[in-house]
Amino acid sequence: MSEAIVAGLLVFSGCTVLTAALGLSRLQDFFVRMHAPALASTLGAWTVTVASIVYFSAHGGGLSLHVWLIIIVLSITAPVTAMLLARAALFRRRQAGDPLPPPLWAGK
Amino acid sequence: MSTLLASAITVTLILYTVAMALALWRLMRGPSAQDRVLALDFLSVVAMLMMLVLAIRYDSDMYFEAALLLALFSFVSSVAMAKFLLRGEVIE
Repeated sequence: MSEAIVAGLLVFSGCTVLTAALGLSRLQDFFVRMHAPALASTLGAWTVTVASIVYFSAHGGGLSLHVWLIIIVLSITAPVTAMLLARAALFRRRQAGDPLPPPLWAGK
Repeated sequence: MSTLLASAITVTLILYTVAMALALWRLMRGPSAQDRVLALDFLSVVAMLMMLVLAIRYDSDMYFEAALLLALFSFVSSVAMAKFLLRGEVIE
């Protein structure tokens, strides 16, 4: 039973990561493209982690939660990387005079 | 390990490999430098997930430490590259 759960979670995470890669390679603009890898580092990583916890808890005897560290590290680091990359992209586009994305709030 | 789990692991690894190939294509082609950095970051995340799947495949704890190290080093290298794109040098 636990092996079926692990198998389902693993295949689901494979499909999620493939979707993220398709988005990374097919979307048009850099700022649109930035959204795709977040799918791999959130949903893909979560499902693999839960699969690993289920597998090692069922086989090793006792609850094994240390894989959770990966999720904690990823959820701290992924937004920092994304924000720095977005700022770098904005800066470089402004330097090059390329069209920028419209502002979020078009005030007066 | 049951046949179901073994074949699911094989399918997952194949899906990851296709995803890495697509990201590699973006890394080669990427119109701008930030596209390449994004693709490299994605590649390291997928490599880390691959380590976790291999830990299940070979029923070993060693892969977990490799995955943790890969996550930390990919974060540091991505931040360094983004900082370089932003400022022209890494440590000012």
